[in-house]
Amino acid sequence: MRLGKTFSEKVLGAKAGRDVRAGDVVTVSPDTVLSHDNSAAIIGEFKKLGLAKVRIPDKIVIVLDHIVPAADEKYAQNHKTIREFVAGQGIRNFFDIQHGVCHQVFTEKGFARPGQLIVGSDSHTTSYGALGAFAAGIGRSEAASIWATDEIWLRVPETLKVVLKGRLGRGVSAKDAVLNIIGREGADGADYMAVEFTGPAAKDFSIASRFTMSNMAAEMGAKNGYFPADEETLRWLAPRTGEKLEPVLSDPDARYAKVLEFDLDGLEPQVACPHTVDNVKPVRDVEGRSFHQALIGTCTNGRLEDLEEAAWILKGKKVHPSVRALILPASGEVYREAMAKGLLAVLSEAGCVLLNPGCGPCLGAHLGILAAGEVCLSTANRNFKGRMGSRDSEIYLASPATVASSALEGKIADPRKYS
Amino acid sequence: MSQGRVWKYGDNVNTDVIFAGKYTYNIMPPEEMAKHALEDLDPQFAQEVKPGDVIVAGKNFGCGSSREQAAACLKYAGVQAVVAKSFARIYYRNAINLGLAVLQSAEAVEALRSGDEVEVDFAAGKIRSAGREFGFPAYPPAVMDIIEAGGLIEYTKKKLGR
Repeated sequence: MRLGKTFSEKVLGAKAGRDVRAGDVVTVSPDTVLSHDNSAAIIGEFKKLGLAKVRIPDKIVIVLDHIVPAADEKYAQNHKTIREFVAGQGIRNFFDIQHGVCHQVFTEKGFARPGQLIVGSDSHTTSYGALGAFAAGIGRSEAASIWATDEIWLRVPETLKVVLKGRLGRGVSAKDAVLNIIGREGADGADYMAVEFTGPAAKDFSIASRFTMSNMAAEMGAKNGYFPADEETLRWLAPRTGEKLEPVLSDPDARYAKVLEFDLDGLEPQVACPHTVDNVKPVRDVEGRSFHQALIGTCTNGRLEDLEEAAWILKGKKVHPSVRALILPASGEVYREAMAKGLLAVLSEAGCVLLNPGCGPCLGAHLGILAAGEVCLSTANRNFKGRMGSRDSEIYLASPATVASSALEGKIADPRKYS
Repeated sequence: MSQGRVWKYGDNVNTDVIFAGKYTYNIMPPEEMAKHALEDLDPQFAQEVKPGDVIVAGKNFGCGSSREQAAACLKYAGVQAVVAKSFARIYYRNAINLGLAVLQSAEAVEALRSGDEVEVDFAAGKIRSAGREFGFPAYPPAVMDIIEAGGLIEYTKKKLGR
């Protein structure tokens, strides 16, 4: 009897050229390999291999985003090394500092497509599952090895199926849904596994919202976080790629390691408290807690719908004087759209600081580092101890609506009264 | 086979506390990386760790970033193995690729305490301490090939015939 297959089994099986099941190990050739500022380190590893040229330059996508523009001389040298390598190797898919966070740029430029196998030397490579791709994070040595050989070994993952039902209420977003899921399943809830976001409500999520959820799938340990490609996926991709789009979907009788039924009805705004992403509570449990810095943006929540939500709440008002509010659009494209719609003016007039698109303070290297004893309320994806600066600082994670509402009050607030 | 002391930690030890993001894009020499190992979790560690020591931790060790230095800094600090209930997948790959032993044994994690003297016998697949013995599962063949070559870069060189 023929048994149904999951999306992951189909994509990796097609790449391996044989019938595969969860648990099998395959050696495959990815469609693209992403790297960012860490390309400088990858170049160092690649050079150890003694090859003059990368195997297939057109499969390599490099985006400078982590510390842009260069914050000091060492970063400047890294960027210079990368630019010289890219020019010397004929790597065409290179995006310099003006473009934005690699994951957002990668999707905007049409590299993430349904059924593709994408690997990237960044843990949030899972984001491309939003467009129906199989996309997994890898390490630097692995990226160097792929540049040289066009191959990588991968274990075919088991799948956690999340069946989304019902409808989000006002002021509640995809971020709240995925935080709640991570809180339930734990930071290791999907270790070594694929997550498939499906069910009748999956199609109601915009591509931007799907991106938020696929991005955060990494925070439950997932190898990829996949939404089945649908009409919305094809509509979003149409102006961004000339390639033929062929969705790959799980069979109805596919075998899942676990199925989680998730009802969006009645979901409250959620907050991940220090210092783990699975330390999730409803906002009412932490309402009134004061903080020093608000960060709205990043690859998790720095798209147009996120900035619209923040601008809607902050329009004609002022950020509380005790809060420094930072806006970090995910890309130059988002930045320009937000500018054309007047959102950046609204946010600036409300007292927010507009940062250039990129990773900004999310990983604690520049543009808004926290001092000891300071607290940041952020729309990013990680709240690990010391991540944004001092090991004695704290990070809470929430939706753009929650962070914007809280920035007004100077303490953590329920966004539903403003939405 | 070598011996060392146990450094015991809890669940979800993440890559930021193993090797902070602010250092991630500075390319630094091994001894410098070792100095920052576990800086935001246990500032004593880098000062007192000795070659052959073993880190013992709960579930999901190495969750978070794909940064390879989180595996490299422990190796350069002299850690001979990390024993955990489970590992985050990218960390597991990075450790294998760089030659840091990552061993799964929930039993050993339950039993061992900070400061215990411990011996890891890779050939026999055993962790021993004070007369107690704990097994760990063998690596899959794809992983063994990389380990036997001495890490991914050496493995790739071999594959390329270099």
